[in-house]
Formats: sequence, structure tokens, C-alpha cells
Amino acid sequence: MSIFNAIKRLFGMSDTPQNQTQKIVDTDIPEPKQASKSKLATETSIEKTEKEISTKINDDNKQSTETTEDSEYIDENIDSSTNTTIKSQKDKLEDSSLTTKDTKHYTTHHAIIGAGPCGVVAAETLRKENPTAEITLIGNENEPPYSRMAIPYLLINKIGEEGTHLRQSDHYQKQNINYLQQTVASVDANKNELVMADGSTLVYKKLLIAAGSHPIAPPIEGIDLPNVHSCWTLKDARQIASIAKEGSNVVLMGAGFIGCIILEALVKRGVKLSIIEMGSRMVPRMMDEKAGGLLEKWCIEKGVNVLTSTKITAIKESDGNMRVELDNGDKLVADLVISATGVKPNTAFLENSGIEVNDGITVNNKLQTNIENIYAAGDVAQGKDFSTGKYEVQAIQPTAVDHGRIAALNMSGKHVEHSGSLNMNVLDTLGLISHSFGLWMGVEGGDSVEIYNPDAYKYLNLRFGTDENADVLVGASTLGMTQHIGVLRGLIESKIHLKEWKEHLLVDPTRIMEAYLASTQELDNAV
Amino acid sequence: MQKSLHLDPAKCTGCLQCEMACSYEKLGEFNPSRSLIKVFSFHFEGRFAPYTCTQCDEAWCQRACPVDAITLDMSTGAKIVIEDKCVGCKVCTISCPFGTVNYVQQTGKVAKCDLCGGDPQCAKACPTDAITFIDANATGYDRMKAYAEKSLPSAEASA
Repeated sequence: MSIFNAIKRLFGMSDTPQNQTQKIVDTDIPEPKQASKSKLATETSIEKTEKEISTKINDDNKQSTETTEDSEYIDENIDSSTNTTIKSQKDKLEDSSLTTKDTKHYTTHHAIIGAGPCGVVAAETLRKENPTAEITLIGNENEPPYSRMAIPYLLINKIGEEGTHLRQSDHYQKQNINYLQQTVASVDANKNELVMADGSTLVYKKLLIAAGSHPIAPPIEGIDLPNVHSCWTLKDARQIASIAKEGSNVVLMGAGFIGCIILEALVKRGVKLSIIEMGSRMVPRMMDEKAGGLLEKWCIEKGVNVLTSTKITAIKESDGNMRVELDNGDKLVADLVISATGVKPNTAFLENSGIEVNDGITVNNKLQTNIENIYAAGDVAQGKDFSTGKYEVQAIQPTAVDHGRIAALNMSGKHVEHSGSLNMNVLDTLGLISHSFGLWMGVEGGDSVEIYNPDAYKYLNLRFGTDENADVLVGASTLGMTQHIGVLRGLIESKIHLKEWKEHLLVDPTRIMEAYLASTQELDNAV
Repeated sequence: MQKSLHLDPAKCTGCLQCEMACSYEKLGEFNPSRSLIKVFSFHFEGRFAPYTCTQCDEAWCQRACPVDAITLDMSTGAKIVIEDKCVGCKVCTISCPFGTVNYVQQTGKVAKCDLCGGDPQCAKACPTDAITFIDANATGYDRMKAYAEKSLPSAEASA
């Protein structure tokens, strides 16, 4: 044990019993001791929640919640194979207006839309907090839950497909989490019901929307040609793997974060790669001119054709050959075009649901939407940014996982405030590793210090706050560093006042670990 | 009884034997640059501080891992990297706020302290008891917590 508990508290993520600010207010969940599959216990708990929800949210709900009470619950035995299915004890709900012959109607205590890292962590957290509640995780791809972050490593055969899967295949069965492969077509917040693309329905008590995001298709002629792909899903990865062979001509549209992650995998596959970026530098949202410039130089030296400040105007196909036309008049031959121009939250299915959507789903600091029993987390949610305090879509893995956990704790009746996720990224571009944290571009009036050694491809920039936070680290970016990087997060998120160590860092910014230790640990007195 | 590493900077002389022992245990070679425990120097005060993973309950590294490559060793309480599963994405290295999970370019994977399976060689090698492996309840948690709160003025307000 160490000072991390104090830091943890600063992160607002504490859920340990030591934290006095936390109270379990929901008493609807039976204690673990009674953790049996007793249907009676579950029903009682559901009834209680039901009353709570119906009083709190909408008195008109009565009819639909009564429907739930009459309905059957999901069979807890699920298939352990990858194509997990749910068997309903009884396919038909007596009162459901949507009942048809072929569709199924389920109820669950907690429903989670989205089976990425956010949804999976949320499901596990819910299970930990609610030993008997029914939890249904819904994924809309014909795959077991998996991690997109692992796709570049699949493309270079560092792992097989099973290496991208989140948890072992029997994990969900062991955790008694129902995994449903369905596309949610709409949410009826008044009836607490999800309507699936095939017409089946799922009635929930509490809902977490962790539906993630999807790649933007830029409005360019030819974007829908068969050999133009995004690189987002396992299906995309399979298609890319089948075309991107040694010597193939590949054009990567976009040198943002995702583009750069795929870049490495493509080069390792031996393709002839061109990367086209509209912005003036690579990863403009993660690196400044100096770091972005170094990265570009690095890629060019490794044989990648990098074109910044360049736009693709059209992709044309004739006689089976693709040509990518650029705004500088050049044309590139391509066997494969990969579009990586950014992602957008998956909110289309929420239209007319009454759930408030801005850039992403609007949430409060408990990751709750404008509808009390509906939460949103991960890429789809417009959560709080640690550095700015503003609510914005971050769409990064660590944030998705934090969101999933905090949303699940709040859904379980705990009061855990999300103090904001730190925007941070790590990128490995053909062996050159870069990071960015928080306000890496700095704040007006704040001090900063940098090391810039272009010959060694090294860059480090530390950004400090202003006024009473003049000795607090607020952002950092690095290039060519791998050791003790996480402490930058620790220094920023714990808002440690560095005092005299700020001066030391201004002289030698590499001493971040020493600054952290000196600011948090007793170095002089013996025990 | 769960044991944990107790690091006492006041007793550290900066001899670096822990780094030698760690790298020898893990790599079969004396290579302090790849040691999983590091001794940091404070030349202004002539002091040293050994530091490595404290196997925290929160385990940000474990939660952030997109491929479940970091797991809990039930026998020691250590969070360990499963090398076969690690893809080297480095998300854990930015998630750990203590900076104690590091990417190793030679292996293309991350590395962190695993308590040597319950027999940490750094503690064995330390001649001054700056590193000891003792009952987890006696590692001065309260003292460290109090100190952390003192050194982090905003802790009270945010709690």
C-alpha cells in the first residue's frame, strides 16, 4: 500500500470502503451472501427498482413496468461458444404489443449496449456490485466481445483473432453475463425497452449506452468502391489483410491517431504505403509542429510516402485499377485505400428516444443521461475532460474503461463522481514512440520547458499551469521516450504542487520521476 | 499473510544492487537499465529512492489492458504481465499513474515488477534494508497515506 490511495481519491475514482463520501443508497440489490440464482430474490429486487424507477421517472410508466413484472426472465444458462445465444424461458410476453411469432422478448435488470472494452468493464463491475442482478451485454457485430486496440497487432500476426477477444470465451458464462448479438434499432425510454433490428425487444431496469463510435466516411467520389475500407472492426481487418500483401500499393487517408496506428502494421506487411493528411503535420491533435515534424521525417526515412497539407479529391476505378487523385494534381495507383479520417459517436439509433445528444450523448458527472435510468459511457458519451472541465467526446480506450466502471458503480446505487478523464495517447510509429497528456499544447501564461533533439528523434515538452497552479503540471508530450511515462499522468491528475521541483524540471525536464517521488514521498526520515 | 515490498528511501545508499539483482533474475544478465526496480538520485540532497510497482489494488494497468494481458497472481497479490498475451500497445504504460509499467523495445512488450513470484530478489540483495518484503499490513500504509495527504493539499478538498 502506498500514497496511491490518496491519489486515487483525487482521481475521484475511489470505490473502496475507506472512502467516507460513498454510501450505498440502493438497497434493492441483495447482499452477496444471498447470491443465489433464486428467482424470487431477483424478482423482489426488480420490483423494488421498478417502483423506484416508475416513481422517479414517469408515472405513465406503470403499464409498461407492470408488463415487466409479468414477463419471464432471461435464462441464465448461456452458450459458452463464441456465438453465444440467449434462450428465453418463454419467448412471448403476455402484454407486449410488439409480440410477433418469430421475435423474442427479454427482460433484464441491467442492459448494456456495446460490447467493447467499456461495455465489458461495465458488465463486470455491475456483476461485482450486484451478484444476482441480470446483466445483458449487447454487441452488434457477429463476434465475441473484442478490442479494436488489438487490430493492428492482428494485422501483423502478432496475435490471432482470439488475441483480440476480451476475456476467455467462457468468461461471460462464468460471470453470469448474458451476451446478446443484436443490433439495437431504437430505445423506448418511456417503456424502458430496446427494440432490436429483428423486432425482438428487451425490457431493462437500467440501461448503459456504450455503443462506441464509427469511422467517418469523407464525402469523396469513390469512397464506396469495394477496395476502400476503414480499419475499425475485425471484419475490416480481415478484408485489409486479404488485400494488403507484400508489394501492394496502399493509400492511407488520414495521419491522425488511428491512421498512425495502422501505418505501422501496413509497413510491416510490406506494402508500398502512401499516407495523405489534410493537416499541416501528422497527428495534429496529439503533437505540435516539432514533434509532428519529427514523426513525419522518421516515416519518410523508413520509406513511407508522407504527404501532409494534401487532400484526396477522388478515388477512381477503371479496368480494375484504382487511382487516388490528389488536390496537388498527382495521382497515386492503389490496390487498397484505407480511410482513417476520424470517428463519430454511434448515436443515430437514439433519434426520437428523448435521450439528449450533442456531439455525443450528454451526461452528467455520474455518466447519467437526461433520463434517470439511462447512462452513457465511452466513445459515445460526451464525458468530462479532466483538464478543461468541459464535456466532450474523447474516444480513447483508457477513458472508455474509466467511464464503463464509473457508470456501472452509479448504476449499482453507489455515488461515484467522475472527476474527468485525462485525454492521453500513446503511439508507436515504426518504432518511434510518442505520448501526449492533457493540455499538451499548453495554457496561456503557463511556463513550459522542452527538450528538442531532432537528430536523436527525441522530444519532451512539459506544460505548467498558471497562478496558484504555476507549479502544477497540466500537460506533456514526448517523442522517443519509454520509461516511467505514466508518472506524467500521475503528476497531472493528482495536481501535485511541485514547489522547488518545478525549477529543477525547468532545468532538466527528464527528471519527472524524481519530481514525483520528491513531491509525494518522505525521503529523509527513517521509519 | 500477504506480503508487500516496503521501500524506505531514508535507508537507501544508492548502491544499485537491487537493480543488478532484478535484471539478473529477469534476464540472466547484469543490466540495470532493464531492471524493474529503479533507484532515483537526488543529488541536491545526496539522497536516493528505490521505486517500483506497489501492486496497487486499483491496478490501472490491468484495467486499461485491451487484451487481458495483465492479471492478478492470487498467491502473491502481484499484477503480472502475461508475455504471450501482451501485444505491446503500451496503453498500460500511460495508464499507470506511478510510471512503473514500462515498454521494453527489445521484447516489444511491457514489463513490470511481479514480486519474483513471492521471493523478490531486490529485497534479498539490499544490504541496508531499504527494500524489505514484509507483511502487507505493516508497510507503513497509514504513515504514507498521511504524508501523501500532506504533500497533496488538494486531497482533502476532493475527497
